[in-house]
Amino acid sequence: MSLWRQLIRGVRVLGNRRAADQEIADEVSHFLEEAESAFVAEGLSPDEARRTARLELGNATAIREQVRWYGWENKMDTLFADLRYAARRLSARPSFTAVCVLTLGLGIGASGAIFSVINAVLLKPLPYPISERLVALTHTAPGIKIERLSLATSLYFTYREESRVFEDVAMWMGDSWTVTGLAEAEKVTGLSVTHRFLDVLKVPAALGRGFAASDADSTSERTVMLSDGYWRSRFGTDPRVLGRSIVLDGNAYRVIGVLPPSFQFMDQRISLLAAMRISRAGVRLISFCCQGIARLKPGVTLAQADADVARMLPMAPAKFAMNPGFARNAFTDARIAPRLRFLKDDLVGEIGATLWVLLGTVAIVLAIACANVANLLLVRADGRRQELAIRSALGAGLGRIARDLLLESVLLGAAGGLLGLALAQIALKALAVSELPNLPRIDEISIDSTVLAFTMVVSLGAGLLFGLIPVIKYARPELAVGLRSMGRSLTGSKERHRARSLLVVVQVALAMVLLVGSGLMIRTFRVLRAVDPGFSAAAELETMSISIPETQVKDPEGAIRMEEAILRKIEALGQVSAAAIISTLPLEGGGDNPVYAEDQPMAEGAIPPIRRFKYVSPGYVSAIGSRLIAGRDMTWAEMYNRALVALVSENMAREIWRDPRIAVGKRIRASLNDDWREVIGVVADLRDNGVNQKPPTIVYWPLLQKSLAARDIAVRDVAYVIRTPSAGSSGLRQEIQQAVASINANLPVADVKTLQSAYERSLVRTSFTMALLAIAGAMALLLGVVGIYGVISYSVAQRSREIGIRIALGSPRHEVTGLFVRYGVMMSGIGAICGLSGALVLTRFMKSVLFEVSPADPVTYVAAAAGLILAALFGSYLPARRAARVDPLEALRAE
Amino acid sequence: MDDLNTDVIPGTLDMLILKTLSLEPMHGFGIARRIEQISRGVFKVNPGSLLTAFQRLERVGWLHSEWRQTDNSRRAKFYSLTRSGRKQLELETADWNRRASAIARLLKAEG
Repeated sequence: MSLWRQLIRGVRVLGNRRAADQEIADEVSHFLEEAESAFVAEGLSPDEARRTARLELGNATAIREQVRWYGWENKMDTLFADLRYAARRLSARPSFTAVCVLTLGLGIGASGAIFSVINAVLLKPLPYPISERLVALTHTAPGIKIERLSLATSLYFTYREESRVFEDVAMWMGDSWTVTGLAEAEKVTGLSVTHRFLDVLKVPAALGRGFAASDADSTSERTVMLSDGYWRSRFGTDPRVLGRSIVLDGNAYRVIGVLPPSFQFMDQRISLLAAMRISRAGVRLISFCCQGIARLKPGVTLAQADADVARMLPMAPAKFAMNPGFARNAFTDARIAPRLRFLKDDLVGEIGATLWVLLGTVAIVLAIACANVANLLLVRADGRRQELAIRSALGAGLGRIARDLLLESVLLGAAGGLLGLALAQIALKALAVSELPNLPRIDEISIDSTVLAFTMVVSLGAGLLFGLIPVIKYARPELAVGLRSMGRSLTGSKERHRARSLLVVVQVALAMVLLVGSGLMIRTFRVLRAVDPGFSAAAELETMSISIPETQVKDPEGAIRMEEAILRKIEALGQVSAAAIISTLPLEGGGDNPVYAEDQPMAEGAIPPIRRFKYVSPGYVSAIGSRLIAGRDMTWAEMYNRALVALVSENMAREIWRDPRIAVGKRIRASLNDDWREVIGVVADLRDNGVNQKPPTIVYWPLLQKSLAARDIAVRDVAYVIRTPSAGSSGLRQEIQQAVASINANLPVADVKTLQSAYERSLVRTSFTMALLAIAGAMALLLGVVGIYGVISYSVAQRSREIGIRIALGSPRHEVTGLFVRYGVMMSGIGAICGLSGALVLTRFMKSVLFEVSPADPVTYVAAAAGLILAALFGSYLPARRAARVDPLEALRAE
Repeated sequence: MDDLNTDVIPGTLDMLILKTLSLEPMHGFGIARRIEQISRGVFKVNPGSLLTAFQRLERVGWLHSEWRQTDNSRRAKFYSLTRSGRKQLELETADWNRRASAIARLLKAEG
């Protein structure tokens, strides 16, 4: 209450200073008048009365000042005055100010940008109500060597029916459809979900309704929801779209609702949300198809949820029949165990480690920038020694002088912060348009209040930090020294630039840490670049995908014939040297399933290790630029004859048969009642899970096969790899489009890109981290060298008299030079040693972003240290040479 | 002037102002005069301290002020007690009495 009044009054006084002053003046003069008239009443003459009043009560101005001084607003007043003075001092030195603000702005901007990314990706909750209770239903299955197993339909029903910890459970899968009947045939992506999906997320439909239990029945009408973006672009936000029917992959779907504009899920590109229709009676036990999400009941921990899932898993075999062709205990033998993760962790994945490394990097850059500015401020404060000495001689208190010095640096910090915010904004814009960093939740990155607060704290903190150094050194000026040095200066005292030398040592140490970090990243990158990904000359490989729905070509062989016809058309294009078809492109994964080998008998009911399945056309191995280690490729004739053949990867051949040559002729199959298929060739390994991941073992099956029930199975969603020097050009893309259209005008061409871009994407985290660290390291090195240069040349200037005396007394010039070079090298040596030990500790946090390079890699450390010392040598030799050129006569005569 | 100390006992100025104003609204000089008279010249109030004290007491909410004509038709700032000022006066008076009598007892015991 009274605090409030204090505030109001103060603000009112500040708002109208003159009126407030006038009121005080009136009151004081009235007081004095009354006093005078009182004295007159006692019998004094008016003149005597005035004099006595002045004598007894004091000077009116002094009283006014005393009264006026009361209140917090007056302290603010002097603060503003000091602030104005500091601002004026800074603007009087524009180049100094510009350098400081720019240095700080870069440091703060970089930290701000990286922090916005961390904030959006790691810190902000997912955009759903109470999102911290959402979990991804993931499992492991050590029995079949699967690290991450998603959700089976059988388990989905089990969890729905038996769970004690889940409020709600849903299942989803990324999906895509060819939409026909609207405009041009178009490939559209989205999700297929079970009916409670939006209820788990607690996201209501923006228009129409969400899915209900009636949509989940396999006999009911197919239903679909539209994303806001799709609704806008294809239906012009027409609300009458509800109830309309659209054709997806040749089937009619009823539109029942539109999603809210803000809806997003797991970085999936979502135009449509289709209801999964499952008949519970038809579900088999092993039916892993989809991802699961669930909402935990309030207060349930992840460990409790894991325990509950572990309790429910053994119930599934009693509820659902085993798939035909599988051993009876295949499910139990897989040893499926829960490994639930919070949905956010599941989405964000491993990027956290990289981001923290990046934040650490920019934090070090900021620290170096601060050290640099502190150094400049020290020089300035040194120049103001006399002024400060005089002020303190005139009675300015320690606090007043400290505030004066600090205000200047806080102002610099604030200006740097503003510039930094602008730079961060630009950086984030650039980040958003480049698809470079491959970040999850990239759309959520922005400068919000958290980022603003962070930037403010950082800039003010930085201002205080580097401002305190000159304060500690100069706020208590030694009067004698300060005033005396106005006259003839003494030879430079060591004391005077000890602080600056210390700052340079800190800078060098931090630069060392960054150099080691960037060295490690460069080595990692070189190692990764040298890794054979399993394809070659990817920049000349154009890729695109199509899918042929059953509604267009019912017959499996017909679909494959159509795929081949398109392939032939493409092969006939000018400059195309090879082309082939594959189910999923390199680096894009594929299904993982168990594979039996004929000569490796399994115990009854045991499930063999799983392999990556890819389906290819003949010519794939040579088109992609891989090698056949042994055996031969398949032929088109074998494909159409449904020949029982397959190719395997080298690591799989070595794992099972120890030698690729032995593998040729051996037989494998994918399930117990499948036909045995002959391994006719062994293909070099493919780093399908990412260049920095171990290559999975792979089986390449023909695109067209005869299945269990002698039914044909064809792969209808396929990608083409096209080897041509004009890959990536728009001309080629048009030609491909035409080639496809000439065979079937209703097939949309999707995902047109070069394999090189997918390759770069898989390396992008490494290359981005490397680029950032390298830039930071180079900047740090430069700043460190400039720092050494500054200190040495300052010291040369200070000691020119001493140098003159030395030279006059006959000291050889190179010895004078050596004196200073030794000093520079000593500073950088100490800095390097501190930096190296710091790097040993800090680079351990980089372990997860390195690849086959140890965080304590000796080559990197030696190279970084050598580079740094060399640079320091250079930085100190330049000014030291000037010392040798000092003319003793002039040096002694000067001043 | 003799050397007798006429300073107000530190910490009691607020109480003296409040007490004086509890009788009737007054302007600054009136209050100073009243304190001097009633204390029979033992306390003389420095105008700077007095006017600063007014600022403080007004901001705490114990005083209310307004500009009015005086008897000799000058414009003066008159102060009056607010309700919380009256309460504060009771508190301070009680507190002062407690402490003063304690000191008096101590001094008596000495003698």
